[in-house]
Amino acid sequence: MLQIDGVTKRYGDRTALDAVSFEVGDGRLTGFVGGNGAGKTTTMRIILGVLSADSGVVRLGGSALGPDDRRRFGYMPEERGLYAKMKVAEQLVYLARLHGVSRRDAEANTTDLLERLELAERRDDTVESLSLGNQQRAQIAAALVHSPEVLILDEPFSGLDPMAVETVLGVLHDVAKQGAPVLFSSHQLDVVERLCDDVVVIAHGQIRASGSKQKLQDDNAVRQFELLVASDAAWVREMPGVTVLDFDGGYALFEADDDEAAQGVLRRALRQGAVASFAPRHRSLTEIFTEVVK
Amino acid sequence: MTIADTRAHTRANTFAQSAMLVADREVRMRLRSKAFIVSSAILLLAVIASIVAGSIFGASASSAMTRVAVVGDGAALAQVASLEVTTVGSVDEAERLVRAGDVEAAIVPGDGPTGIRIVALDEAPGDLVQLLSASPEVTLLEPNDQNAGLAYLVGLGFGIVFFMAATLFGTTIAQSVVEEKSTRVVEILMSAISARALLAGKVIGNTLLAFGQIVLIAAAAIVGLVVTRQDALLGDLGPSIVWFVVFFAVGFVLLAALFASAAALVSRQEDIGSVTTPVMMLVMIPYFLIVFAWDNDLVLTIMSYVPFSAPIGMPMRVYLGTAEWWEPLLSLIVILATTVVVVLFGSKIYANSLLRTGARVKVLEALRG
Repeated sequence: MLQIDGVTKRYGDRTALDAVSFEVGDGRLTGFVGGNGAGKTTTMRIILGVLSADSGVVRLGGSALGPDDRRRFGYMPEERGLYAKMKVAEQLVYLARLHGVSRRDAEANTTDLLERLELAERRDDTVESLSLGNQQRAQIAAALVHSPEVLILDEPFSGLDPMAVETVLGVLHDVAKQGAPVLFSSHQLDVVERLCDDVVVIAHGQIRASGSKQKLQDDNAVRQFELLVASDAAWVREMPGVTVLDFDGGYALFEADDDEAAQGVLRRALRQGAVASFAPRHRSLTEIFTEVVK
Repeated sequence: MTIADTRAHTRANTFAQSAMLVADREVRMRLRSKAFIVSSAILLLAVIASIVAGSIFGASASSAMTRVAVVGDGAALAQVASLEVTTVGSVDEAERLVRAGDVEAAIVPGDGPTGIRIVALDEAPGDLVQLLSASPEVTLLEPNDQNAGLAYLVGLGFGIVFFMAATLFGTTIAQSVVEEKSTRVVEILMSAISARALLAGKVIGNTLLAFGQIVLIAAAAIVGLVVTRQDALLGDLGPSIVWFVVFFAVGFVLLAALFASAAALVSRQEDIGSVTTPVMMLVMIPYFLIVFAWDNDLVLTIMSYVPFSAPIGMPMRVYLGTAEWWEPLLSLIVILATTVVVVLFGSKIYANSLLRTGARVKVLEALRG
């Protein structure tokens, strides 16, 4: 488990990170969401030891991280970049070897990964000659080529087409399945919602929420229900303990003071005729996010 | 296939291993660059051409035979090495040969105190006149070891080679630092190895390249001198070439560290010029000094101890024979000590600036960290 504990970073008067604490569990895909300038990249750089924190500590498996642990991290920086004039495979081998992988293993890993990411045909092309999407895949390969035990990816999906997103998701799932903590930031909240086990929300350098996706939704649940009936649903307005938020013919979205009030609505609907659907409304991560970061 | 299959047993690289990996990449990438190969070839050709030109120029000046026609007894003149004597029967015939261009001049009996008269076509043959004149004996109290013109060329040679190699590789190293910064690949590198190992690898890689180039040039110069039978010059030049190579190796590490740390202050290729200008001046000033003050003893002595100009100044003084045997060693110690200090400060600036993108980082800020 990767623990970020009370990490603070200041740039002059500006506090970029204010006692940031959260955890990335083993084998958990953890989404890291926040607006621009919220502190995602700074946090990731501190985890990687690329930046140093003013205070606070990052632990892996309970003990503070040292340079030798970080060598086993896979990192994809926010701003993409590999050596433009180096060949894809050559570059991956080089990066793997810098992380301490032997030449033979580095070459084997490179071949496997390029295969996996559908880049095998481009192995001897220079990075600058690749399309943007393929450069992105190469970048992901660079984060994985030394078989990292922890993955930190800053916006891994930006610039990928839907097919590539699926390919990359598959690879990330594989890494997580082996028990590696995987932390990735994303602006695409729908992707985070679909993919992640856990979510961490950061705003203005402070963690606003963290935990499993389910917990986040439960914590921020509102008692909202959607009803769809065959006849006109105007009567819902008259029900006690109920506030109608949206209404259109047979459709009503309402907030109930308690479960009993909601059940009352359902019972009356059934008495009045056919009910097409009745369900509590789950708020999307986007909604929760915008509320949490306020 | 899953990532599990690719799992490799990794172990931490030592500082030296990381630095060597970086150096290896620097060398491989540079050797692949056409611009590098071409510029190296041009430098090498220039050196070879100047040696060949020197040999042709020297040969024509010293060994060209002057053909003369002699009326009367030419036996004494035939002993003069640079004269090719044709003995003719009469002054008329001698004049005919001169007009025909078969000989450059004719030596005929004359009425003056020398008893001879020189007949030439349209211009007094200065060489011949000088050859036949009696010169007073000259004693130099402080003879110069080396021919002045040659000394200038030697100084210029050291100056140009050092200047070109330092500029070429200095710019290369600066570009390579900024490339990593601007593409942010540096973030990946620094999550794997330390900034110091990265800097060390860059400096080592580029120093090896520069050193290799200098050795190649020195070897070409030596072979060129032997092949063109200028062995005598080689005897004079040999020790200073060796010192030049030694000083270059150390001096280049110094410059490379300066170029790398200066470049680390900026994030875009366009900004390299503004930060490397001061370093470039350190390379250019010695070059201009050697061009304009190559025969000034005081300037050369100072140059030979200032770390940035010592790679030019000291070999020059060794060549001129004005340096005591211990002076190159002392200067080498000075330059080594400076290099250590500069590398220490440089690596601090480098490490602290590497991840700061956007505006140019101030040197003091980078030192404070």
